[in-house]
Amino acid sequence: MGMASPKTYTNPVYSYQHSPDQDSVTAVHHPVIIVGAGPAGLSAALDLALQGIVSVVLDDNNTVSIGSRAICFSKRTLEICDRFGCAAPMLDKGITWNLGKVFNGDRLIYEFNLLPEQHHKMPAFINLQQYYFEEYMVERAEQFSEIDLRWLHKVTQVQTDDNLAQIEVETQDGKYRMTCDYLLVADGANSPIRAQLGLESSGQVFEDRFLIADVVMQSELPTQRRFWFNPTFHAGQSTLLHRQADNVWRIDFQLGWDANPEEENKPEKILPRIQKMLGEDVEFELEWSSVYTFRCRMMESFIHHRVYFIGDAAHQVSPFGARGANGGIQGVENLTWKLAKVLKKEAPEDLVKTYDVERQQGAKENVLNSSRATDFMTPKNKTSKVFRNEVLNLAEAYPFARSLVNSGRLSVPCVYDGSPLNTEDTDDFPTKIRPGSPAIDAAITSADGKQWLLECLGGRFVAMICVKESNRLSMERLRQQITELMREAEEIDVLLVNATASGEDMLKEGCREISDTKNLIEQRYDLKPGNVYLFRPDQHVCGRWRSFSAGNVIGAMRRALGYELEVR
Amino acid sequence: MGNLNLKPNFSDPDSFYAALTELHRDLDPDQSERINARIILLLANHIGDQDVLLEAMRIATESPE
Repeated sequence: MGMASPKTYTNPVYSYQHSPDQDSVTAVHHPVIIVGAGPAGLSAALDLALQGIVSVVLDDNNTVSIGSRAICFSKRTLEICDRFGCAAPMLDKGITWNLGKVFNGDRLIYEFNLLPEQHHKMPAFINLQQYYFEEYMVERAEQFSEIDLRWLHKVTQVQTDDNLAQIEVETQDGKYRMTCDYLLVADGANSPIRAQLGLESSGQVFEDRFLIADVVMQSELPTQRRFWFNPTFHAGQSTLLHRQADNVWRIDFQLGWDANPEEENKPEKILPRIQKMLGEDVEFELEWSSVYTFRCRMMESFIHHRVYFIGDAAHQVSPFGARGANGGIQGVENLTWKLAKVLKKEAPEDLVKTYDVERQQGAKENVLNSSRATDFMTPKNKTSKVFRNEVLNLAEAYPFARSLVNSGRLSVPCVYDGSPLNTEDTDDFPTKIRPGSPAIDAAITSADGKQWLLECLGGRFVAMICVKESNRLSMERLRQQITELMREAEEIDVLLVNATASGEDMLKEGCREISDTKNLIEQRYDLKPGNVYLFRPDQHVCGRWRSFSAGNVIGAMRRALGYELEVR
Repeated sequence: MGNLNLKPNFSDPDSFYAALTELHRDLDPDQSERINARIILLLANHIGDQDVLLEAMRIATESPE
């Protein structure tokens, strides 16, 4: 139901290119084919390329997102994009905000400040139009020879069994066929491939409609998120105002279930609505608009033989809480390293199936969070509405009630608690970070110029070992264990924390080292001398110990690689 | 399972009951519903413990009509 094309943004046009695959008499085989060049599909291609895995990306269009759609990109997403090498332009272009204001009627009832914890490379989130986000990903993807990006190649048929996926692709030069070991399907919330395979994504539809309008205005308004429940300019409903790049402002108007979507998306209906909200003297231009009904749904399994569903095709959420694109990219990150390990024959095939285990958990969490926010905005019956309104009425005077006001929570990544890939704690550690958690960033210093812990993690397994101020005897033991680890497990990088301070140069052979100059790693990980954390290639913790032994670390790596999985 | 106190705990049960009913005496059902919602929210926050709150909800739902 999109309309008016953007005024501040000109969609790039990517040209169709004829592939030699189209001239082959037999179907050409590829290890990985990705359908859809949106945030999820491009993330998959980028992450695989970083692992040295070649992929073909097919998109039925020749440009990025038409209109903005997703606008909130979370810290974890930016950290992942930084690993891909495309976070810098996103941060440059994106808008960072910290202050949120909540109104009940026209009264400001409270403000909240999302000032993030200090000493992280990435902000808590940025606001950026989806088309910019995708454009920067495409630019990055074009730098990789491993990525064969084909615009205007539309997949029309998919067949799969346990060994192979086979597809038919339609282009201006006619049809052609290809086969692959893994087909990653990122063809969006209404996934035609999902439908063609007779698979379902099920969940709930929220009986409400929302008008999403992006407007351009030169505004003196500060960069804040403002949320109104029942304002006089839009009585009985809620409204959200958010700033994006290029003086584009996102406005979400709740319309109610009875609203007529076609009527509501007409400029003659939209423009007065916005004017009434912004005030009669404010000049603005409508950039893009759409009327949505939100739904939260997910597939029962994201894996169908050799077809792997990712992004909105696998799971869809309502936008409050920014769990859509963010959840999609986090899901992709979970899949790609496993796929790379399996394709390189460095892990059993079952490893890749744990994508479904871990990301079902992630998707359920995302569905839960965005459903709760949507339910708060659209109470399901009279009593729910009374509770909602009284929470708002109490919130102005009483801080306790503010904790219940839910206009979308900060998007946070899933902790894979209970994952079969985790080695659970046997030693006493704080649980804020734990096996299954994504790594927490910290400012560090290192001889090779790295300034952030996350720049030292990812892509490979990393054992982070603190060697500070150990006595000679324990140093000797540590050295033995590190030597053994490096000899027995080539796939693990050793990252020494504070080795320099103890002057143990011998330890450094083949190891990387960083200095925890601000004691942030110590605080955030409770990492003490002799302690070790093992990180997976997706930067999630898979094991940790107070006393470092090579055997424990190698055992945990093997578990994280799927060697201990029960045969299904 | 929480540990919701189901033994008598009011400092002055008759006065509490009188105050509660007095509160609603001149209110219409809509006003009463709003006031009750506020009371529930205030007390729920005071209790805080999710297990205790869930146990109260369970008992309230399962009790005979």
